[in-house]
Amino acid sequence: MSIKQISIFVENKPGKLSAVTALLRDNGIDIRALCIADTKDFGILRLIVNNPDKACQVLKEAECTVSITNVIAIGISDKPGGLAAAVEVLYAANISVEYMYAFISKSDSEAYVILRVQNNETASAALEENGFKVLSPEDVYDV
Amino acid sequence: MENYWNKEIECMPLEDMKKLQSERLVAQVKHVYDNVPYYKKLMDEKGVTPDDIKSVDDLHKLPFLTKADLRDAYPYGLLAKPLSDCVRIQSTSGTTGRRVVAFYTQHDIDLWEDCCARAIVAAGGTKDDVCQVCYGYGLFTGGPGLNGGSHKVGCLTLPMSSGNTERQIQFMQDLGSTIICCTPSYAAYIGETIKEMGISPDDIKLKAGIFGAEPWTEEMRREIEKSLGIKAYDIYGLTETSGPGVAFECCEQHGMHINEDNFIPEIIDPDTGEVLPEGSKGELVFTSITKEAFPLLRYRTRDICVLTREKCSCGRTLIRMSKPMGRSDDMMIIRGVNVFPSQIETVLIKQGYAPNYQIEVDRVNNTDTLDVYVEMSQEQFSDQIKDIQDKEKELVAAITQMLGIRPKVHLVSPKTIARSEGKAVRVIDKRKLHD
Repeated sequence: MSIKQISIFVENKPGKLSAVTALLRDNGIDIRALCIADTKDFGILRLIVNNPDKACQVLKEAECTVSITNVIAIGISDKPGGLAAAVEVLYAANISVEYMYAFISKSDSEAYVILRVQNNETASAALEENGFKVLSPEDVYDV
Repeated sequence: MENYWNKEIECMPLEDMKKLQSERLVAQVKHVYDNVPYYKKLMDEKGVTPDDIKSVDDLHKLPFLTKADLRDAYPYGLLAKPLSDCVRIQSTSGTTGRRVVAFYTQHDIDLWEDCCARAIVAAGGTKDDVCQVCYGYGLFTGGPGLNGGSHKVGCLTLPMSSGNTERQIQFMQDLGSTIICCTPSYAAYIGETIKEMGISPDDIKLKAGIFGAEPWTEEMRREIEKSLGIKAYDIYGLTETSGPGVAFECCEQHGMHINEDNFIPEIIDPDTGEVLPEGSKGELVFTSITKEAFPLLRYRTRDICVLTREKCSCGRTLIRMSKPMGRSDDMMIIRGVNVFPSQIETVLIKQGYAPNYQIEVDRVNNTDTLDVYVEMSQEQFSDQIKDIQDKEKELVAAITQMLGIRPKVHLVSPKTIARSEGKAVRVIDKRKLHD
């Protein structure tokens, strides 16, 4: 069960990030989670939103460089060691993580983690086998 | 002290020089017409025969040659001697696709080195000097040309080539170099390094420097003179005509004397091709009247400058050219290397980027910098930084291979490269080398 993540190229220049966020606002896109990876000249803004296809379309129409990447989202217990347990599973299964980011859910006891790995199926299977909840798109888009 | 290598030529009365040039031109046109079918065709198309050229006054009747002709005729099309009579090839640096290959007989090498010897002597060089040549050696004409000139003068010659600056300075100190030949930006860099190493200009014996192959300013000259404790002389040349030594500066440092016994200069209107009177600003054109293997007639250099016959107090009667004030094409000279924007465009397209780019050239601490701004494309984009950076590295490597100099690449948002009147502004040169 893959989640669609939007990745947007954002040049390191005043106003560039603001242009993207304004565009999302004007199109009623709700952001669930985000992370920015940055270099000296540019950053990649990664977003989980309520309607990824629409977000991608409006960004493309505005001539942004944007792509959709399939990532996985899991639920972990929101307490010390919650993330460690999940990462140990991936380590044991020899799965390397390209990047990841986390956000808390509406529930008090659960946090969500977005994972970018080489193979979503293998990672999902390993995590499920060890009792982790792999989230469906609806779980995440409609937080 | 009279610093002439060949006083008879360098101080020849104008009438005698015109007579010498005319004799040589008439013979050269015949030599080219008989041996270079490419140029014969150009002459035939223009309805000119060697018989029409009776003196330098008829020079304007001949067709021009341009860099495009050199490309069309690459590699042997403009060769006027059998290869078995040639002994050397030199080439322009790193400009794939626009490379100029020039051929030399032994006679051509002798004349070229003789021109360089005049430059060295004009800078005060004698057989008692130690001449450190830190121009690049190899296909580039800088090293071999000044090396040969230095030999002719009888200087103790240090064929250092460029780079390894601390070793350059070590040799300079240990062997007491008195003359240095290199690009002005490298001279400035050596000057800075000397200062950083805590060495005073008084601790080195340098007295003169001969600098060329790239544009430089008067301010830069003063800076180099101060940091190295020398007098800095300009030298001009291009691979197409032989290399450095086509023109050189005398002690007056006020324009470069052209070796007119070998090269006849003209200034033309770059748009109409019309010859302009002395003192006009226009494109410099050279006719080689002594070269055997690669004798270019009316070659358009694309350098914009002014010629003057005003008397020079050094005593030379050779006509003087100003420093080039710009170009009549889009060629840039970056760290001594000829760069055309189209070369960068070719690489971008090959690497899958949109041909939307901007080149920014600047000079930081006297070294030219090249920054290339490229619009990010959908195809090159990835959600992972390392993928993008790998592609960026490939692009840097490909441009480096094409130009011979390493650029800094910056990825920018699509459709953001500045456009004026619908046409992208390709080059921003911040060096302010020309007035």
